[in-house]
Parts: sequence; structure tokens; C-alpha cells
Amino acid sequence: MNDVLLSVRDLVVEFPKRDKVLTALDHINLEVRRGEILGMVGESGAGKSLTGAAIIGLLEPPGRIAHGEIVLDGQRIDNLPYGQMRRIRGRKIGMVFQDPLTSLNPILTIAEQLIETIRTHLPMNEKQARERAVELLEEVGIPAARRRLDDYPHHFSGGMRQRVVIALALAGEPDLIIADEPTTALDVSVQAQIIDVLKRLCRDRGASVILVTHDMGVIAEAADRVAVLYAGRVAEIGPVRQVVKDPSHPYTVGLMGSIPSVVHDIDRLTQIPGSMPRLDNIPQGCAFNPRCSQVHDRCYRDRPNLIAVESKPDNQVACWLFDERASS
Amino acid sequence: MSSQPLLHVENLSREFDVSKPWLNRVIERLPEQHLRAVDNVSFDIPRGETFALVGESGSGKSTIAKLVVDLIRPTRGRILFDGKNLPETRGREFITLRRRVQMIFQDPFASLNPRWRVGDIISEPIYAFDLTSQLKTSVTRRVEELLETVGLAGRDRHKFPHEFSGGQRQRIAIARALSAMPDFLVCDEPTSALDVSVQAQILNLMRDLQEELGLTYLFISHDMSVVRHMADRIGVLYLGALVENAPAQELFRNPSHPYTRMLLDAIPDHEMTGRKRKPVKGEIPNPIDPPSGCTFHPRCEYANDRCKAEVPHLIATASDHYASCFAVEEGRLPKAEAIA
Ligand SMILES: Nc1ncnc2c1ncn2[C@@H]1O[C@H](COP(=O)(O)OP(=O)(O)OP(=O)(O)O)[C@@H](O)[C@H]1O
Ligand SMILES: Nc1ncnc2c1ncn2[C@@H]1O[C@H](COP(=O)(O)OP(=O)(O)O)[C@@H](O)[C@H]1O
Ligand code: SF4
Ligand SMILES: [Mg+2]
Ligand SMILES: [Mg+2]
Repeated sequence: MNDVLLSVRDLVVEFPKRDKVLTALDHINLEVRRGEILGMVGESGAGKSLTGAAIIGLLEPPGRIAHGEIVLDGQRIDNLPYGQMRRIRGRKIGMVFQDPLTSLNPILTIAEQLIETIRTHLPMNEKQARERAVELLEEVGIPAARRRLDDYPHHFSGGMRQRVVIALALAGEPDLIIADEPTTALDVSVQAQIIDVLKRLCRDRGASVILVTHDMGVIAEAADRVAVLYAGRVAEIGPVRQVVKDPSHPYTVGLMGSIPSVVHDIDRLTQIPGSMPRLDNIPQGCAFNPRCSQVHDRCYRDRPNLIAVESKPDNQVACWLFDERASS
Repeated sequence: MSSQPLLHVENLSREFDVSKPWLNRVIERLPEQHLRAVDNVSFDIPRGETFALVGESGSGKSTIAKLVVDLIRPTRGRILFDGKNLPETRGREFITLRRRVQMIFQDPFASLNPRWRVGDIISEPIYAFDLTSQLKTSVTRRVEELLETVGLAGRDRHKFPHEFSGGQRQRIAIARALSAMPDFLVCDEPTSALDVSVQAQILNLMRDLQEELGLTYLFISHDMSVVRHMADRIGVLYLGALVENAPAQELFRNPSHPYTRMLLDAIPDHEMTGRKRKPVKGEIPNPIDPPSGCTFHPRCEYANDRCKAEVPHLIATASDHYASCFAVEEGRLPKAEAIA
């Protein structure tokens, strides 16, 4: 069995505007392996949510995939007709969004929402689906699940609601779950619990998760591998330990240094000057060049693509500093 | 007394009336309901230091911030700034106190008037507090200086807030606060809406300003790593009450209150040090109907009958380190594993 579940190849997403076309995702390349959590980090506007939306076929027009392909389990899914894609959503790919309130229907009970979703995807009668709903709620850690089944979403706390949303995403027993900032609206103590639920999912069901977040801490806790996005491109991708403890791309290095430590005394945080460019203002060559401490001629001229880092197996970096051919 | 703290907060409480409208109450026979957002909180902030308040959502952080800058008034207790109780002052003294305490908000988008030019936003406190006579330069020059102080360019005064990024807007908000010539800044989650690389810029700037201008900060955040980086002392809030108060390093090295330990255990290990942690239990209860006794008892593995019945008060656990917990008081709490 192929160990790659999803592969995104040279994905370009554009927004046509009146006088020009904005390129929001610019040749994104990444793979999600079976049973792994792939973290996707980056600052706001880096293209994390758009990548997720493109994968599940929910780009909002006029946004469109202009180039590249998305392959799930050997099947190309970026060019499927609407009806076919709708069956894939829920059945093969589940979604969890940041705000649990907007993903739940306030006027339906938890049971009604779960049973409906389960029966859309699986051949079960009402009673079987109800039993399944209890199992799902137990799986995501809702205590006394059977008793809480007929409650409404507003009876639940924020953390409990997010568990219900995860249970809904699991209802169709998908192979891939895309979780877009699933813990951002939650308190740290609840965040830790939700991360545990996601990790358990991968372990127990062999599901894969794309975990989108701007929080390096969440990535370090949960992910097996991580893709760092910057200005619609993948700056670095690799095993989480390597990216976090020994980052290669100058942006990742700066990003890691800018997070205050809970274990060391730091006098000054590393500062990356400036901020991420807007879509209509992405520099020529390397998009990071105006903020980079290692910038050189070539960075202004040519765009670096992902290249393997020699000493680090499984790591790829889009930065000219790692182009061996040029330096040797 | 020369060692008088710049800010002294004493038995501060604030309640909100969250009852249903009168008619509903009468028809449905419901009692009035009060929510105690801040519950008997006391702390001091010495001049030139940073005191941080941490706590999860709804723990009362912003309510304390608003009380300190006099946006709302206490239900009980008092706040002395430089020895004076603001609600009791009148005339010039009242205005001077108002000027000396400024606030920076979480959302740099909402806190700046979108129709004003940056120069007008920053100079407004100069006119409001009648500071023109105290300036050595023109107001325009002063605005340019302030912009340069916060890392922007003097010519940016001609622009509007929407022309700036989030981090730059927070710099503008800081410049506006500084233009009142304050000695005390209340910062309510000043970097929570910013990306980490921009957060680092703002935190560095705030520390530089503190050193240069001798500022005192009340710094509010839910992010333990930010708080550890910024604070001299840390106060931990749970359901409106201060449950622990200790010097920053000491709090991380030797956390006393079980809730503080739980919070520290919940911090994601972004440095991948592999530190061991206990899983977190439960969630914050509904503040309208808080648990009896120690409000943390339903989530606490050390809770006994006394914890369910009596309210603990802050006691010294080490020199200069206070916690409100019966397990600590009775010496039955195991030693914490320091994370730092
Ligand atoms: N004007 C108000 N009327 C009623 N309740 C209020 C009001 N302001 C605050 N509260 C309540 O008081 C409690 C403390 O709120 P506060 O805004 O101080 O929390 P916080 O610690 O700043 O939380 P966050 O991290 O979400 O900003 C909460 O339960 C809140 O719902
Ligand atoms: N409907 C849209 N029209 C134009 N630009 C958009 C639209 N949606 C997203 N973008 C832009 O695409 C970029 C990436 O957005 P997004 O994926 O939401 O970022 P992230 O999730 O990393 O914060 C941003 O610059 C954003 O402004
Ligand atoms: S390619 Fe050049 S500008 Fe881009 S990150 Fe590498 S060194 Fe810096
Ligand atoms: Mg997003
Ligand atoms: Mg607040």
C-alpha cells in the first residue's frame, strides 16, 4: 500500500481582480502520509486556510485553482464535478474549523446533527446511528455522552463544542481530517485536551490530519511533520523535530527565535524586521528577501524552489543558501 | 513612605448584574443574578516594574484593567495610584491622575479612529490634557518624535490607520499612549492579535520604552511564555480571584497553587524540551454559578471537604510568594516539578 494519502503538486490559487490577478498560493507542494499529522504553520495571510479550502474543493469564487493537481488515495480530486466532490467531503475528508459555534446548528440537538451526518455517509438506521453517535462522542472525550446526546450546542462549553465538531468530522469515517485552527479560540487548558483527541485519532484509526495553525507550540505538541508557509509558498517542510529544533530556512529560524521561552531567560527576542507582504506586493525572486538577514544577489533575481537539505533526511527548504550546485 | 508602590490594589471586587429583564424575572419567578467578575483582589506594583496578570478567558483580566484606568468603578475595594484614590480626587488632580495612567488595547484595529490621520490621533492627548505649554518643541515635532520612538517615520503622521499593518497600528496606539506623558501603562493583551514575529517586535519595543522612560506596566495576557518574558511579578487569576502571586521566575520554578501547576502543564512545549506534564482536567465552570469553597475544587486532585466548604485566602508559601490553597496551607501538596 502506498504510504502517501494526499499529495498536492504545484498548486496555484488565484483571485482575479478588476485590473490584475492575485496569486494567493504559488506552487504549493506537499504530501500527507497515512496516519500522520502534518502541521501547517505560518503567519496570518500565509495561505494556510486557502490550502485547506482548495483540498476540500471549497474555494470561494472568484478564487480558482489555476494550476497543479491534488491527488487523494490515487484519485485526482481537484477537477471533480460538484456532486462527486460533495461525497468525498465528509466520507473521505472531514473538516474542523476554528469556531465551533459556526460549525454547529444552534437549533438542532447534538444527537440530531450527528445522526443526520452519520446517515448521510453510512448505511445505518436511526437506532444504529444513535449508538454510533454515542461512540463518537465517547471517542472525542465527552463524559456521560449518552446523557448529553439530546442537549443543544449552547449547553456545551467551548471545548466541548469543539469535541462535538470533531465527532461530526469523524462521522463519515474519513481518511483525512483537515483541522483549521481548531484550538485557536480555546483556552490553553482546553487546547491541550483537543490536541490529545487529534493525536489519538491518528493512533487509533490510522487517519491522517492536516493541522493548520499559527501556533508553533501546537505544532510541536501534535505534528509528525510540518510545512512552514510564507506568502503562499512552502518555505520549509520536514520532520517536526528538525524544523523546530534545528530550522534551516532563514524565515523559520527567525520565527522560532521570536517566540518567548518558558524555560530560558532571554533578554531580547529575535526580531524579523517588517511583516509579510500583501498579495499585490510580493517581491521578485524569494518572497522573503526584504526581511532576510542572509539575502544575496540571487535572492532578488530567481525564485527558490524546495530543495533537499543534504545533512537532513526528509527535509526540504526553498532557499538559495541550500543550493549545493551553486556553492560547490 | 519612600517604598510606596505606584499602584496599590486593595480588596477589589466588581460585580455585574446579569439578571434577565425585570418583566421576565417577575413572570418566570427568577431571582436577580450577579456575576462576580473580580473577587477581592489585592496586589501592589512598585515603580518601574511589570506586574502581569494571567488567566484563562473570563478570569477577570480585562475587568481589572478597566477598573485600574477608571473605565468602570469597583463594587468594593479601592485602587490607589501614587497614594491617591482616583474617584475621591477632583479638578486638576483628577485630570493629572487620568493622564498618568494610559491603556493599550488588544485590538489595534478597533482602538484607532479610522477617520483621523495618525498625527491627529497621536496629538489628541496633548490637547486633551493641555500639555502644549510643557513641550519643548512644536506639537508637530513632538508627534514626529513619538512616531520615531515607536519605530515609525515622522512623515507617517499624514497617513490613516488603514494604511498600516497590525503591528504598525499597535505602534501607533503606543505612541498615542506615550503622548500623554504617562508613568503607568495598562496593557490588555497588547500582542494577542499579532503574529509571533510582529509580537516579538512589539515586546522588544515595550521593554526598551520601559527602560528609557522608567514606565511601570500592568501587563495582561493569557500566554504564559509572553508573561514570563515580560513580567517581574505574576498574578494568576481563576474565576475572578487571585490564586497565586509571585516573582516571575519563582512562579515558574516553584508553582504552588494546583491551578497554576495545571496552567504551566498546559503550555505547549514549543521548544520540545520533552518536559513531563500531567493531562489537564475539566474546564472553567460557569461564573454565574461558581463552585462553593475554593472555586477550583471540582478540577483539583487535592481537594478535600474543607476545600469544598471554605474559601481559602492568600498566604505566604515562601518569602514574597503567595497562594490561596488549603493543600498548600496544610502542607499536603507535593513539591512541584519545576519547568524552568
Ligand atoms: N459588562 C459586563 N456585564 C456582564 N458580565 C461581564 C461584563 N464584563 C465582563 N463580564 C464577565 O466578567 C467575567 C470576567 O470578564 P473579563 O472580560 O474581565 O475576562 P478576561 O479575563 O479579560 O477574559 P478574556 O481572556 O476572554 O479577555 C466574565 O465572566 C465576563 O463574562
Ligand atoms: N476571497 C479572497 N479574495 C482575495 N484574496 C483572498 C481571498 N481569500 C483569501 N485571500 C488572500 O489569500 C491569502 C491567504 O489567505 P489565507 O489562506 O486565509 O491565510 P491564512 O489562513 O494563512 O491566514 C491572504 O493574503 C488573503 O488575504
Ligand atoms: S533565498 Fe535568499 S532571501 Fe530567500 S531566504 Fe534564502 S537567503 Fe534569504
Ligand atoms: Mg486561516
Ligand atoms: Mg480580556
